[in-house]
Amino acid sequence: MSAEQGKRQIANEKICQEMAEHMLSLALRAGADGAEVLVRDGAELEVKIRMGETELVKEACSRGLGLRVLKEDRAAVTYTSDFDAQAMRNFAEESVALCRLAEPEPLAALPSREEMAREIPALDLWDESVLSIDVAEAMRWAKAGEQAAFNFDARVVNSEGASFGRGVGAVAFATSAGFSAAYRGSNVSFVVEPVCDDSEGKKRNGYHYTSNRFVAGLQAAEDVGIEAARRTVAKLGSRKVATCQVPAVFSPEAGRSLLGQFASVISGGAVWRKNSYLAEREGTLVASPLVSIVDDPLLPRAPGSRPFDSEGLAVRPNVVVSEGVLRTFLLDVYSARKLGRKSTACAGRGLGGGPHVTTSNFILRPGKSSAKEAANVAHGLYVTQLMGFGFNPVTGDFSQGAAGFWIEKGEKAYPVSEVTISVNFDDLWKGIDVVANDIDARSSVQCPTFRVARVTVAGT
Amino acid sequence: MKVDLNQDASFTFPATPLDAIDARIAERLLSAALASGGEHADLYFEYRSSCDFAFEEGRVRSVGRAIVLGLGVRVVRGVASGYAYTEELSEPRMLEAARTAGQIASHGQSPAPVGLTAKALPSFYPVRELSLLRSGEEKVALLRRVDAAARAYDPRIVRVEAGYAEGWSDVLVVSSDGTMARDRQPMVRLGVNAMAEENGKRQSGRSGTAKRRGLDLFAEPGSTPEDHGREAARLAVAMLHAQEAPAGPMEVVLAAGESGILLHEAVGHGLEADFNRKQTSNYSGQMGKQVASTLCTVVDDATITGARGSINVDDEGVPGGRSVLIENGILVGYMQDRISARHFGTKPTGNGRRESFRQPPLPRMTNTLLLAGNDDPQDIIGSVSRGVYAKRFSGGQVNISNGDFVFSLTESYLIEDGKLTAPLRGVNLIGNGPEVLRNVTMVGHDFLLSDGTWTCGKDGQSVPVGIGTPTVKIAKITVGGTKSP
Repeated sequence: MSAEQGKRQIANEKICQEMAEHMLSLALRAGADGAEVLVRDGAELEVKIRMGETELVKEACSRGLGLRVLKEDRAAVTYTSDFDAQAMRNFAEESVALCRLAEPEPLAALPSREEMAREIPALDLWDESVLSIDVAEAMRWAKAGEQAAFNFDARVVNSEGASFGRGVGAVAFATSAGFSAAYRGSNVSFVVEPVCDDSEGKKRNGYHYTSNRFVAGLQAAEDVGIEAARRTVAKLGSRKVATCQVPAVFSPEAGRSLLGQFASVISGGAVWRKNSYLAEREGTLVASPLVSIVDDPLLPRAPGSRPFDSEGLAVRPNVVVSEGVLRTFLLDVYSARKLGRKSTACAGRGLGGGPHVTTSNFILRPGKSSAKEAANVAHGLYVTQLMGFGFNPVTGDFSQGAAGFWIEKGEKAYPVSEVTISVNFDDLWKGIDVVANDIDARSSVQCPTFRVARVTVAGT
Repeated sequence: MKVDLNQDASFTFPATPLDAIDARIAERLLSAALASGGEHADLYFEYRSSCDFAFEEGRVRSVGRAIVLGLGVRVVRGVASGYAYTEELSEPRMLEAARTAGQIASHGQSPAPVGLTAKALPSFYPVRELSLLRSGEEKVALLRRVDAAARAYDPRIVRVEAGYAEGWSDVLVVSSDGTMARDRQPMVRLGVNAMAEENGKRQSGRSGTAKRRGLDLFAEPGSTPEDHGREAARLAVAMLHAQEAPAGPMEVVLAAGESGILLHEAVGHGLEADFNRKQTSNYSGQMGKQVASTLCTVVDDATITGARGSINVDDEGVPGGRSVLIENGILVGYMQDRISARHFGTKPTGNGRRESFRQPPLPRMTNTLLLAGNDDPQDIIGSVSRGVYAKRFSGGQVNISNGDFVFSLTESYLIEDGKLTAPLRGVNLIGNGPEVLRNVTMVGHDFLLSDGTWTCGKDGQSVPVGIGTPTVKIAKITVGGTKSP
C-alpha cells in the first residue's frame, strides 16, 4: 500500500479511508455477513520542562485498526496495528472465525442503509499550523509558562512542570451498511503545575491549562503560568471545616466532573441494563428548572465535535434535559433497539472495543447570573476539586472528597481541603438554585459555575 | 546471541515477532539512540496478545481479540528523557525512533559500543499452560457457571453481567548498561456484576479476580466461578437495605484484604521516588523519620507467586524485588526507577514500570502490603463502641503534594458496641496519609492479599497492582456520609 512506502504520511484521511475500505472487503471476503472498520492514524509531540530544565521530549506516530464483524448474528471485535498485506488478510479471517464463540444476538445487527449519514458536515476541526510547532517552540512555551508562575509569587518554590502537547489525527470509518468517510482533527494543549510549601511538611499543588483545536485559540503561556500560580498560592493554609449541611457552589472544573457522571446515567447502555437511577425517568423532572443540558456534536472547532457517529449515522444536537425535564436518553443502535427506540446517533468507539454511547460536546447551558452571584450565600462551600470514585449510578448515592474555599457572606474566607461532600444525585440536580453564565469551553464536557442548595460536608 | 530465557522450561511459549530481535540489532539501535551523546538508553520491545468474552442475558454477547506490537526507545541525559516509539519493527523505522529519542542530547560524545548479555530472571508466574492456547469453549463455560451461581443465589437477582479476559505480554528490555532481559507476563481475569431488585429498589454488587496464572486458578477454592458469582449476588442483596452512612470523624475498622487500598493511597504513591526527588511529595525529606504508628510495616513486593502486581523484571530491565518502605513506623525506603536511583545514589528497586511501549517508565508500585500485627480481628471490632467497619472498596485517589486521600466503600457496616449492625450505603472516607497512619492503633494477625482486579493510574498510565492488609483499626478518620451530625 502506498502509505507504507517512503516517508510516513501523518494523519492522512485518504490513506486511512483506503485502509478501512480494504479491510472491509477482506472481512466480507472472509465470510462476514457485515463488518465495520475504524482506522486511526496520528502523531503526538509532548514537551515537559521542570524547574527550567527539560524533563521529557516525546515524539511518535501511531496507527491502529479496529474491526467489528458479524456472522449469523454473532459478533467479534478485534484490533490490530499490523498493516502488512498478508497480516491484514489473516486478521480478517481470524476475526470472522472468532464469531463462532459468540452467541446469536439479532439486535446487534448493523443499522440499515437508509440510516447512514449522507453528508459530512465541515466542522473546522483541523489547524494546519499545529504541525508547525516543533520541539524548540514547545520548549519556549513551557519555559515561559513555568517562569511566569515563579515570577508571580515568591511562595511558588517548586513545580510539577509545564507541559506543551500537540496531537493530530485522522479517523476513517467504513461499514458494509453502506457508508465510508474520514476526517481529521488537531489539538494543542498547555498546562503549568506549580507547587508551594505549606506548614507541617505539606505541599500545595495546583494547575491551570489551556486547550484548543487551533493554536490561535490558546491562552498565552505567561497567562497560564500566572493563573496556575494564583490558584496554587490560594490553597496555602487549607484546613478542614466542621461537619455541616450547607449550600455548595461548584466551579466549572468541579462541576464538569458531576456533569460527566450525569452523562453516564443517561447513556443507553446504562439505561437498558437499569444500571442507572434514571432508567425509568424519561419525561419527568430530574433536575431543577434552571438546568438544560444538550449534547451537540456539530459545534465548529469544539473539542468533542464529530461529523458522523461511530456507526455511520448522521449526528445532530440532542436536548437531553430541558428546564429540568429529561427529554431523551443518549442512544447508539444497540441500546436503542433494546429500548424499542431509534438511535440518537451517539455511538462512539475506540479501536479495541465495539460501539457504545459516548457524548460529543456535553453542555450544561449557561444561566443568567454571574459567578459572583452564584457564590452569594451566608455560609457555604465553594468546591474547586472533587476526588475519588464515590458514585453509585444504580442508586444515585454520591460521596466524594472535596477541596475549595469556605464562603462567608458571599466572599471566599479561607481555603478548605480534606472534606467530603455527600448527597444523593437526584437531590443534587434538583437542588440547583443558581446556574451562572461563565461556561468553560476548554473540554468536551462543559459547564458554568452552579450552586446546589444543600449538601452534607463531612470534616471535623 | 539468541536470547531465550523461559523462566519455566515446562512449556514453550508461542513464537512472536520478538524472536527476530537479536543482540546485533539491539546494539545497532542503542548506538543510534546514543549517537547524539545521551548517557543511557533503553529499548522496550512488546508483543501483547489478548482475548476477552462478554457475557450477559445468559449468552456470550461478544468476543474480542487484540494483538499489539511495538518498540519504545528512551534516551536519558541527566533527568531529561527523550522518548519515541514505533509500531512497525522494520529496521529503518526502529532506527528512526532511536534517533528521534536521541535528540534529547545534542552535544557530548557517544559512549563506547555496548556489549549485551542476557539476564537470568526469577520466576514468579506459576503458569503451566497459557490460557490463550486453551479452547474458547472452556472460557465460555466459566462464564456460564458464574452466571448460574449468581442467579441461583437469590430470586431477587435480576441481571448478571460477566466477563473473562486473558492475555500475555512478551517483553524484551535492552539497556545500554549491557542487560538484555526477556519476560513473558501472563494474566487471566474473571469479573461479574450482579443486580438485585426488590420493590423497585435496585443495588448492584461486583466480584472478580485477576492474577498472573493459568486457567487452573479457577479450580481453586475461593477462586471458582461459583465463588465470584455468589459473592457479587451476596453483595447486591446485602446492600438492598443499606442505611444512610454517618458524617464526620470516627473510629473505623478496615477488613483484611482489599482495605490495602489505604496503603496504596496513604503512603504508596507518596513513596514513589520521582515525587521525592522533585520534593513534591509530603514524604519528601522524611527518610529515617517516624511517619506512621510503630505498628506499621509496609513493603512493596513484586515476588509473590502469581499475584496481579508481581513481575519477574521491571520495564527498565531490573529484576522484580521486595522493598521495605516503612519499618515499625520509620520511613526506610522509596520505590526507585533508574533516573531517581541515580539521583539518590542508590540502586533501582525494580519499580520502573510502564503501561506499554508507548510510554516511558515511572516509579510504580507492584504489590503494596501492610504486614501482619498481633491483634485478634474480633478484638479489634470489639474495641469499637461506635464506628464503621469497611469491607469492600471500589477505589481510591491521593493528592501527592499534601497527602490527602480518599477511598470509596462499596460494602460497610455500622459498628455499635463492638458488633456489626446495619449495612451502610456507599460512602467515601477521606484522610491525610501520615495522620491516618499515626492513628493506626491495632493491627490484626490475619494478613490477607486481595485477589481483586486492581489497576493503578499515574500520569495517564495504567498498570496492574496488588494490595493487601490485615484487619486494622484507625482511631479517627472522616466518614463522608449524609446523615446529619
